[in-house]
Amino acid sequence: MIRSVDSRFYPNHWLRQVLGPIFGAACLMATCTGVVVLALLLGSILAAALKGPPDNPFYAIGPNVVELVTLVRNLATQSQGTDPLEAGYRVGIVGSLWLLGLVALIGIPVGIGAGVYLEEYAPPGKLRRIVQTNIANLAGVPSIVYGILGLAVFVRAFGFQAIALGPKLLAGVLTLSLLILPIIVITTQEALRAVPQSLRQAALALGATRWQMVRDHVLPSALPGILTGTILGLSRAIGETAPLLMVGAAGSILKLPRGPLDRYSALPVEIYNFAKEPDPRFQTVVAGGILILVALLLTMNATAIVIRNRFRRYH
Amino acid sequence: MSVSPPRNARSTAGPAPPAASSTSTDVPERRPLDPIVLATLDLSVSYGSALALKEITFDIPRHKITALIGPSGCGKSTLLRCFNRMNDLILGASMKGTITFDGELISGPDIDAVALRRRIGMVFQKPNPFPKSVYNNVAWGARINGYRGDMDELVERSLRRAALWDEVKNKLNRSGLDLSGGQQQRLCIARTLAVEPEVILMDEPCSALDPISTARVEDLMDDLKKDYTIVIVTHNMQQARRTSDMTACLMLDEGSSDGHRTGILAEFSPTADLFTNPKDKRTEAYITGRIG
Repeated sequence: MIRSVDSRFYPNHWLRQVLGPIFGAACLMATCTGVVVLALLLGSILAAALKGPPDNPFYAIGPNVVELVTLVRNLATQSQGTDPLEAGYRVGIVGSLWLLGLVALIGIPVGIGAGVYLEEYAPPGKLRRIVQTNIANLAGVPSIVYGILGLAVFVRAFGFQAIALGPKLLAGVLTLSLLILPIIVITTQEALRAVPQSLRQAALALGATRWQMVRDHVLPSALPGILTGTILGLSRAIGETAPLLMVGAAGSILKLPRGPLDRYSALPVEIYNFAKEPDPRFQTVVAGGILILVALLLTMNATAIVIRNRFRRYH
Repeated sequence: MSVSPPRNARSTAGPAPPAASSTSTDVPERRPLDPIVLATLDLSVSYGSALALKEITFDIPRHKITALIGPSGCGKSTLLRCFNRMNDLILGASMKGTITFDGELISGPDIDAVALRRRIGMVFQKPNPFPKSVYNNVAWGARINGYRGDMDELVERSLRRAALWDEVKNKLNRSGLDLSGGQQQRLCIARTLAVEPEVILMDEPCSALDPISTARVEDLMDDLKKDYTIVIVTHNMQQARRTSDMTACLMLDEGSSDGHRTGILAEFSPTADLFTNPKDKRTEAYITGRIG
């Protein structure tokens, strides 16, 4: 007989065997909730996008796909307009790509540098702890606060008109860089912390300086984690609306930005602008814009995962 | 900092000529190599407030293998790490007393640890090759130290010296992590040899290896001592007996009152004498297996 009778133990086999699957089922329901909500969201957006003429029934997949593709193509190539059939996001998409590129150029190196300093060079102690705590706190600050900060510092320069940028692209870039800086610093630190100490010791024992060790061994090892953090930070920056509204991204602009000191718009800002329109036909335009934004975000996240996996294979 | 001439070029029969390198500009031209390469005087190491080593004094002879033995926790690895200042990397570690290397002081705050570590190399307990190719594992150390000669030749020479060349000569571009444990440890030895050190510190280099790899590394050590000085920490007393010329036995200080484990030097003698005729009672108890 497997179940022995030992009066010192009260194993309660039945209860334990029942509670396990109940817990598993509860976790499964939580997962399904997330999936169901996501499916509902996507479905309602698709329905709104397909609301205009021609009115195909929802099960006619072919015509619906064609309608969707036409809609997206129109939206991506047309600029702002009063007629919903002539409206599009061309300026917003170009503006968002400008923002993406410049934030990657300006904000990412600063964030990675700060992470490397805090993890590899800063002597452990009270000062480092204070800095790290403050950076972690900044990660939770609402994005509109960054917008107000950007307005005061970059757009208006506390009143010094000579160095104030005004509502230009560069102001938006700097504001978004500040916004994602804490995320980049924290993910860089986590990636560096994951590099084993034995690697650092081996490098130093050969007579390497700290910089040589970091440059040739620690950073390459931590690169997948740092890249993943970078792309996640950038995808957050792309979707932010409130700070861009505060620093003056135009809701309605017809010209593409030609440089960092031009007026600009961004995709989420234009979506918000169209959503305010009273004409119900603009709902299709809004839904189409959301689809473009979601597609962009999914592409960026997928790229992050692909890059991370590709680097992992070579280690 | 100039690179010293390759070891193989020197004859091993007579007294070696003075080497051309020096680590600082104010050291006078080197006198004929004296028989003591590393000397400690009242060396004490603490981690925070806990004393780990107490007043260690002994000399390590040149071109010999010196073994450090003793029970766990008596500070053998700590002592080893003091010689190439790797202990400085540990938070809260502090050192009192002096260590001299070829007569120059290497303890104290104003030492160029980077230059020191090129001349005193270290092989760790768990093989830790870089996640790079075999070639780059060996070449990296030489590259960052500004080696200006033929890199291919240096890599081949170091791998031959580490008895690994025949096994990897067709696989130089494969990752160092693809090798077996014994091969990885020999790769770590090869990369240490590539920077032409004078002393090689080995912290239990065979404890993670199987007996055949262990035998290979021990043969390697016997070959290397012609040109390098080797200091090895080992838990394996048979290994100490087989391979080393001098043995230092560290013991736990019974007199320590605050509960911390403090190591002291119980005995330091030629290996044959220490194992057959130990002068200290505690040494005898340790090597016969009564304690430790």
